[in-house]
Amino acid sequence: MTLNDESRTGALLSVRKLTKLFGSFAACDGIDLDIRPGEIHALLGENGAGKSTLVKMLFGVLAPTSGDVLWQGNPVRIGSPAQARKTGIGMVFQHFSLFEALTVAENIALSLDPGISLGKIADEAESLSRAYGLPLDPKAHVADLSVGERQRIEIVRTLLQNPKLVILDEPTSVLTPQEADRLFETLLKLKQEGRSVLYISHRLEEVRRICDRATVLRHGKVTGACDPRQETPASLARMMVGNEVAAVSAATPEAGGSVLLQVRNLDVPARTPFAVSLKDVSLTVRSGEILAIAGVAGNGQSELFDALSGEFPVKEAESIRIRDKAVGTKGITARRLIGAGFVPEERHGHAAVPDMSLSDNLILARCRSDARAFLAGGVLRIIRYSAVKAAARRISAAMDVRKSGDDPPAGSLSGGNLQKFIVGRELDRQPGVLVVNQPTWGVDAGAASHIRQALVDLAKAGSAVLVISQDLDEIFEVATHIAVINDGHLSAAYPAPGMTREKIGLLMGGLNDRAGAGPEETGARHAH
Amino acid sequence: MRIELQKRAGVSRLFSFVSPLLALLLTVVCGGIMFALLGKDPVSALWSYFIEPLQEVWSLHELAIKAGPLILIAVGLSVCYRSNNWNIGAEGQFTMGAIAGSYLPIVFYEWHSPLILPLMLVMGMIGGALYAGIPALLKTRFNTNEILTSLMLVYIAQLFLDWLSRGLWRDPQGYNFPQSRTFVPEAILPEILSSGRAHWGFIFAIVAAVLVWFMMRFTLKGFQIAVLGQSERAGRFAGFSGRRMVWFSMLFSGALAGLAGISEVSGSINHLQPSISPGYGFTAIIVAFLGRLNPLGIIASGLVLALTYLGGEAAQLSIGVSDKVTRVFQGLLLFFVLSCDTLIHYRIRLVLGRLKGATDGAA
Repeated sequence: MTLNDESRTGALLSVRKLTKLFGSFAACDGIDLDIRPGEIHALLGENGAGKSTLVKMLFGVLAPTSGDVLWQGNPVRIGSPAQARKTGIGMVFQHFSLFEALTVAENIALSLDPGISLGKIADEAESLSRAYGLPLDPKAHVADLSVGERQRIEIVRTLLQNPKLVILDEPTSVLTPQEADRLFETLLKLKQEGRSVLYISHRLEEVRRICDRATVLRHGKVTGACDPRQETPASLARMMVGNEVAAVSAATPEAGGSVLLQVRNLDVPARTPFAVSLKDVSLTVRSGEILAIAGVAGNGQSELFDALSGEFPVKEAESIRIRDKAVGTKGITARRLIGAGFVPEERHGHAAVPDMSLSDNLILARCRSDARAFLAGGVLRIIRYSAVKAAARRISAAMDVRKSGDDPPAGSLSGGNLQKFIVGRELDRQPGVLVVNQPTWGVDAGAASHIRQALVDLAKAGSAVLVISQDLDEIFEVATHIAVINDGHLSAAYPAPGMTREKIGLLMGGLNDRAGAGPEETGARHAH
Repeated sequence: MRIELQKRAGVSRLFSFVSPLLALLLTVVCGGIMFALLGKDPVSALWSYFIEPLQEVWSLHELAIKAGPLILIAVGLSVCYRSNNWNIGAEGQFTMGAIAGSYLPIVFYEWHSPLILPLMLVMGMIGGALYAGIPALLKTRFNTNEILTSLMLVYIAQLFLDWLSRGLWRDPQGYNFPQSRTFVPEAILPEILSSGRAHWGFIFAIVAAVLVWFMMRFTLKGFQIAVLGQSERAGRFAGFSGRRMVWFSMLFSGALAGLAGISEVSGSINHLQPSISPGYGFTAIIVAFLGRLNPLGIIASGLVLALTYLGGEAAQLSIGVSDKVTRVFQGLLLFFVLSCDTLIHYRIRLVLGRLKGATDGAA
């Protein structure tokens, strides 16, 4: 084996010609990477570029097919996550590895030495989480926490192990700008302590802001290494995607479109002790508008989606009106039949069944709304698979869904491609009302811009779109109006051009100006 | 050295096919070892267990008689299990179906009419379905675990049958034997062929299997069952009701078990007695899994399990081993079926010591 001098001397972690083959497919193909002590190093790339495979090899989850990993200049073999942690590598995964039935403290205890008492862990976790601005209740059960809160557990759990190198996979996607700022302070603090951070993100602005160096992957190969501060988001994106990412052009609604989605004084009690209740929520979305609802995870977004989609109908029929019909008490099928479409947050097991094929997942959302096209045989309701498959192909082509084979299981697609399919599945019917929860969570830049453009185009064509999102970049890209949800209260909706990140941040923190709360506010919003 | 299970990229088609055969082979090998330990010649014991029953016409009829209820029950259970509802009380639904269906020929024992048989079959299905409706009600209402409730109800049904055949419905001219009046000829399920005893219960089983296969494969109902079985959340998103599926799957499997019960009583026993089943309702669980919860596969696995019953009887006669051997074979088979299924999703890897791997990594 030959080593150059730089890796022997300077780097904390070096990777030489690291390759991972799955069958004949090279997920990582001869990757070289050096992480210096005390730097924040960005790893950029589209979904499927090999980032996850690379960091899984560094964290001992996957064994490399060939190539070397050097820790402080010495060759090491990281055979398991436990070994990685012992070496000094900690990782926060994008998909969390938490036991839902256990509490926060118990989950943390699982990754530590068995000898430490649970009470001590809870105290430490609480103080650490406070210090880093990641509030956590150690006694809460994970099953009752939102995606954002779960991620905090992962971050705190990793920091508790005092690692020399922290790998973060998309850490800020569920944080408010203020929380992200605090996380960045944490990361800078880690850096000052001499620790290194390997930071994976699709948010190019963030990378430019906090990262010292960046390595860009495409199709399993390193396509560039740069100082992100010298680059523009566009040039970084070009390295990732290979061509320019299309800028999303926002919709400009004409005033006075007809009201397609209206929620009036919606109250929904919490279904579980840890769920958020919705309190007096009112909103209006007109034809051509995109109303974006910002907010930190776990403030009632999923509850609002459940109520709007009809998966859990509400008590008052009148509190939700879709295309001038009172549908509050109706289920999701009835709402689809009058032209509404829905995209939930969780792809696996909610929007799609991972083990079923794409065409089956198309039936999932449209078996009733497109019964004429997809079903035959009268009461027997025989599925016309040929028609369904043709429609699935049409959607895949329209949304540029990249997949292996003609009709693969949904779970085999990358997150971005599956999300494109799930959004495309609804867009294909041209729904009059579309409600989307976290449209691009964990989706790569190329797919995200595709999805956002599709939402804008749908609104331009005269539909009403409601986007629930934690991603402010996304909100500013697509929204015509912005409201903020906080602890089950929805703020008034403000026209997007006048909104600032600071104002949204304040609303997220619950600093709702009292004068603006309540139903009068919806009136004010009509008057703009 | 350690053994590792490595997840396959996809489902192995080869092993989906090979796994049940491998399970059968391992069962036979273990059975041979068991016979050897019992001091019998394994080859001749296995011969008389598995081959001899297939060599005579009358025993083929017996095979169909035993396979009929197994297939019928297992087909219903496959719908339950696919939809993630764990009805393991088919034995009780079988018994209740037999009781409900026997009401007419026992209470109105002088009624001779061609109507009586269809009515009995329908009442048997209703009886089984209603009995399965109890765990369904408890599950949808009180969120109780249907595994426990359906199992406990089995013993209630069996004791109820015991009480009926010793008490209320005991044949007044039966010399105090604990059994009911013998059914009138119009109430007896006819034989399929004149060559032997096999009755229409077997035909019902085949028809049910084909219809359920069609439902699962081609219709929206089958799709609903599969979706709700894999993810209730996704099912709710699709507009399918998990609660209604509990009812549908429990009532459906209960009805088929009830039909099996009345067919067995009407076709081969011809009266009620304290024991009417050699554990069909429990063995059908093995049949359902051995058939990969696929109705057509269940036809094949039902015949295999029926053979273990016949073989047990044959082995008892010819080589003098206990008929408990049947249960051992069924248990072995279920054990190997479930473990061989691992191969469909995982491959087995032998990993030699870590040290060697470490030097590999550095080389």
